[in-house]
Amino acid sequence: MTEVQLPELSRLRWRCRRGMLELDLLLNTFLDAEYTSFDIQQSELFETLLDYPDQVLFDLLMDKMQASDIDIAKLVDSIRKANTKISREKANVTER
Amino acid sequence: MKRRQFDTLIIGAGGGGLRAALQLSNADTSVAVVSKVFPTRSHTVAAQGGMNAALSNVTQDNWHWHMFDTVKGSDYLGDQDAIEYMCRAAPKAVYELEHFGVPFSRLDNGSIYQRPFGGQSQNFGGDQAARTCAAADRTGHAILHSLYQQNIHAKTHFFDEYFAVDLLKDEEGHVLGALVFNIHDGEIIVIEAKTTLLATGGAGQLFRTTTNALINTGDGLGMALRAGIPLQDMEFFQFHPTGIAGRGMLITEGARGEGGYLVNGDGERLMERYAPKAKDLASRDVVSRAIATEVRDGRGCGPNKDHVMLKLDHLGEAVIQKRLPGIRQTCITFLGIDPAETPIPVFPTAHYTMGGIPTNRYGQVVVPVKDTPEEPVFGLYAAGECACVSVHGANRLGGNSLLDILVFGRAAANHIIEHLAENRYHLTMDENSIDKAMENLQRWDQKGKTDGESVSQLRDELKAVMEEHCSVFRNEDVLKQGVEKVEQLARRLKDARIDDQSSVFNTAKVEALELDNLMCCALATIHSAYARTESRGAHSRMDYTERDDKHWMRHSLYSLESGLDYKPVRTKPMSVDSFPPKPRVY
Repeated sequence: MTEVQLPELSRLRWRCRRGMLELDLLLNTFLDAEYTSFDIQQSELFETLLDYPDQVLFDLLMDKMQASDIDIAKLVDSIRKANTKISREKANVTER
Repeated sequence: MKRRQFDTLIIGAGGGGLRAALQLSNADTSVAVVSKVFPTRSHTVAAQGGMNAALSNVTQDNWHWHMFDTVKGSDYLGDQDAIEYMCRAAPKAVYELEHFGVPFSRLDNGSIYQRPFGGQSQNFGGDQAARTCAAADRTGHAILHSLYQQNIHAKTHFFDEYFAVDLLKDEEGHVLGALVFNIHDGEIIVIEAKTTLLATGGAGQLFRTTTNALINTGDGLGMALRAGIPLQDMEFFQFHPTGIAGRGMLITEGARGEGGYLVNGDGERLMERYAPKAKDLASRDVVSRAIATEVRDGRGCGPNKDHVMLKLDHLGEAVIQKRLPGIRQTCITFLGIDPAETPIPVFPTAHYTMGGIPTNRYGQVVVPVKDTPEEPVFGLYAAGECACVSVHGANRLGGNSLLDILVFGRAAANHIIEHLAENRYHLTMDENSIDKAMENLQRWDQKGKTDGESVSQLRDELKAVMEEHCSVFRNEDVLKQGVEKVEQLARRLKDARIDDQSSVFNTAKVEALELDNLMCCALATIHSAYARTESRGAHSRMDYTERDDKHWMRHSLYSLESGLDYKPVRTKPMSVDSFPPKPRVY
């Protein structure tokens, strides 16, 4: 496993800057939570996803559309799960 | 230092910038578009609603009725010449987009479908009109992609992922281009241009809770203010009553329409007190102020008592899944809660910057010079949300923002073409101006500086202060404290630091420069809001609840050098009679 080094992370982070707030939050939350465990393949796959137009990304990540590419579909699923998990953790902290 | 020359430099690649670029490239001028993100990731993509034009495809309609609605919606602060121009130009703007390839939704007879939006009327305040053209729920996306493709075809030169630091100008105030740098490798370029168009969008990131993307940091507004150009009507910021607290995403009015209601920290249905009849379906500003008042009076929810709750769980899972699936998905993803079981934390969310860089209806940036309130700045133009032309006045109508960017992006380009015909050569670059811009950039490069505060901490503080002191709950005390706090933050920012000194994808530096711009916007917004002792449109004061046309039917202008100034509203349209101010009731 190759650790993703700076400035690679900065570059990815900048590419997570999108035209919609929802995408900013979903992509950055995922990047923060998972990037240290990325290997080369995952990093490349994430970049492929970042090349998608904002509206398509939005529809995929908000579960309005399914990706036909299995790997992308899996990645979308992990981005959604990572966000829901972190949101739940935050919500529980707030409850307490 | 590398230098490039173009006829026109456009900063910002959303709908306004791209519409102007296309017009200019098609007229064989050399155009550079500088954008800090890839153009199709501009915030225009988030405009899902649509674009107004009196096409009469669904209901009988007329540009003059559209004009009336816009003037009334603006609470009579909009400039009526610009509004007439925009409403007359609207149908043409729609047909142009159609030719560029935007797939507008259709009626069975093949003509463009139009949906009704709030504030649209027939016959000057009569029956509901249906005026909004849309490409399903992805109008902004369709417009942005079509314009980008057209620009590629027209050979517009794009500087993608470049950040514009400051405008360059000579001693006479002529604008000569901008200093920019490449976010990829830090390379600095002086772009010399005979004309410069600012099209950088709004400044929603001023507030903690906002619907705006992270890129909306008011960069053009900051650049203009630092170049000595005042910002106009910045106290007018449009809020939606129910955004997800602390995160910003919109929970549409549909949730309350389906029977959802708001509760405070004591579990009370709060709207019963503020609007006994309409309750949770009262108008947006009433609901927004009610929420902010509850929080302010200590009746908020959560450990910090900084929001209220929107209850939907009583509707049952089946109804929520059927009628509000999008809201349910949003809550599960961003809050980790299911609204069928748990109430949603909400707070008013900042949505649209009505104020901005003052322009006339040709897109020329205009400033007061001696006795002239609107003297064009040589070589400088602005269009879209960063500009204040002013068609939205104190309050923007739904469907008018996409129209604004397209009509005035095009108008600015047409004026630039005329300007270029009369001014064929580049003026001599002012080297002092480059040095000054370099100073603003390089102050973030001081290696080993470890004692300053961090940019992210200051940004979070600024957003919290703006939310507490300058969102929907405004009065003398709240605003006065806000002015002091923002001034103090501006002083602290001068000594702030960043840790990353690399030149490759130094996003820390970009964020620091963005904070410089946000701070400019914050100063203009809070000073203008504090001074305006009336309620008009989106600016609502608890201590001055009425509109005061006698003293305040005028535009605010805030500059860093001389503070506040005012100029009259242009109440005279181009060809028709003025709409005199009336109470704004719907």
